[in-house]
Amino acid sequence: MKKINKTKVRHFFMGKNFNDGFIGRLAIYLLLIIIGFVYLYPLLKMFAYSIKDLEDLVNPTVQWIPTKIYLENYKVSFIVLNYGYTLVFSLLVTLVPAVLQTITTSLMGYALAKFKVRGRVILFAIILLTYLLPIQVYMIPRYVLFDQLGILETAWAIILPATFGQGLSSAIFILIFFQFFRMQPKALDESAEIDGANAYQTFIRIGVPLAGPAYLTAFLFSFVWYWNETYVSSLFIGSDLYTLQLKLFNFTSQFNTTQGLSEQALNEAIRYSATILIILPVLLVYVIMQKWFVEGIDRTGITGE
Amino acid sequence: MVKSFFAKISIILDKIKYALGHNFIINTKNNTWVLFSFIKIRVTNRRRQSLIGLSFILIWIIGYLIFALYPIFYSLYLSFFKVKLDGAALQMTFQGINNFKAAFLYDPYFVEILVGYILEIVINVPITIVFALIIALLINQNIKGKGIWRTIFFLPVIIISGPVIGELMRQGATTLPSIREYDIIRMILNNFSPGIATPIQELFDRILLVLWFAGIQILILLAGLQKIDREIYEASMVDGAGPWASFWKITLPSIKPLISVSIIYTVVSMSVFSLNEVIIYIRNVMLGESTDALINGYGYSAALSWLYFIVMVLIILLFVGLLNARKRSRS
Repeated sequence: MKKINKTKVRHFFMGKNFNDGFIGRLAIYLLLIIIGFVYLYPLLKMFAYSIKDLEDLVNPTVQWIPTKIYLENYKVSFIVLNYGYTLVFSLLVTLVPAVLQTITTSLMGYALAKFKVRGRVILFAIILLTYLLPIQVYMIPRYVLFDQLGILETAWAIILPATFGQGLSSAIFILIFFQFFRMQPKALDESAEIDGANAYQTFIRIGVPLAGPAYLTAFLFSFVWYWNETYVSSLFIGSDLYTLQLKLFNFTSQFNTTQGLSEQALNEAIRYSATILIILPVLLVYVIMQKWFVEGIDRTGITGE
Repeated sequence: MVKSFFAKISIILDKIKYALGHNFIINTKNNTWVLFSFIKIRVTNRRRQSLIGLSFILIWIIGYLIFALYPIFYSLYLSFFKVKLDGAALQMTFQGINNFKAAFLYDPYFVEILVGYILEIVINVPITIVFALIIALLINQNIKGKGIWRTIFFLPVIIISGPVIGELMRQGATTLPSIREYDIIRMILNNFSPGIATPIQELFDRILLVLWFAGIQILILLAGLQKIDREIYEASMVDGAGPWASFWKITLPSIKPLISVSIIYTVVSMSVFSLNEVIIYIRNVMLGESTDALINGYGYSAALSWLYFIVMVLIILLFVGLLNARKRSRS
């Protein structure tokens, strides 16, 4: 008869420290799977509902898997949102501020990391304060200012603050770049200086190329946050130039004013399909670039060195 | 052809260069800058560095002055006035602190909305942080596919926006299915007084939304957990500490600063989220949607936004203070 080594079996199931044993592992995986499912539940539900036709919607036995894939909802949302045109405009007020904000904040981060600018501590305090001050404090003066400049209800009202590094969460990006440039070895800059490069050449030839990951991370976060921002854009861009998010916000009225859908009634499947169309661009970016998002957090140096 | 063009251009460029180097306003001689031919500044390395540094941050400084500093003072100024729109011009009458008084004593909505917001934040922030910590601890275990888990739990950060969340809440997708199935909410409503039951009910209604705010915090805490030296755990194991003790004695103290960061991030992101009722109210006041002239317009709205900022800072101080007070009594 084979003799079973009791401690070995126990170690296999319980581990030395519980969390490295079989049962402990199983518990961790199970927990993660359950929480992960719950976490993604709204998304999954949204997707499942968006491809249901009317019969499936009212049929209580059809919960997760529709009897057939019904894409008519997407067609309707596509028309209501005026998707092509609105997408282009949304990208304009998303990509342009994101790029400009990334450039300006990188300059700022570089200067703070490399030069002994006077009053650096004060500058940092100011930057942190701009992060804490809610946009409501700036909102009215900016509104009045943009009104006087005549750029209210144009894309400029979003682009201009971003250009000057006062856009969405600019403070975070400055800190990202500060941390990143600070960790670059100083010897590189010095050798460039000896080779006759001035400060600007050093920045463009050495600083920027080596900071590629920081640029990408900052740009991606900026892009996503601008895409999802509605409070300021609804105020500054106004009612004529809708972004996709704002169209979703007013979906019911958009639906009712759209011609040629008279026999259709607005149902939740259509609403869900519209929501999916709205998150689709950022979702695609995330699927392709998820590594840069997820690892970007480590790069912020927020965890302290 | 091209050559002659460049030859012509280079003459002009030379002249410009000469003019830049030999003019009345600024001039360089050896290691000195001469301004207006009588102010002489010796160029030290430090000064040059400072100046170059300044040239990098100039864009930001200009932006800060125009789009932040001026608005800050202007909105503070406005908050003491009653502002009327007279065509394009603003008509102002000084109010003293009446705007602030009206917010608490006259306005029938603001206090109620603000208290709701405070309650919500005080309940939601700890939930978000604890949830983030649990997930970070789970992912930090020796498991396969860490990248996949991080990707999943970060996903909401990408799509969280006012309209999308509003759409999900409208369809009841932000509540857990089992909460609805077992009628937990009705049970709570039957057994508690409405003052307690309503916040709990709202919490359950949007529990997933609260958890969705944890995406970035999970990664922050995870990064902190990965930086803790393994050897400390091994040493404590030798000393006979179990996982429970080493969590409280090693893990938690080492990531405490990051928990503070996460708290600040959570409070700020929840406070500026576009479905937040306080900021919606502030905007409605600004756009003049109320018919009551006393609680309307730019001045009153600016006053509300400053009150809101103060409340926000107080909440942050409260949380961070609580976190650090515990540390002091322990050590």
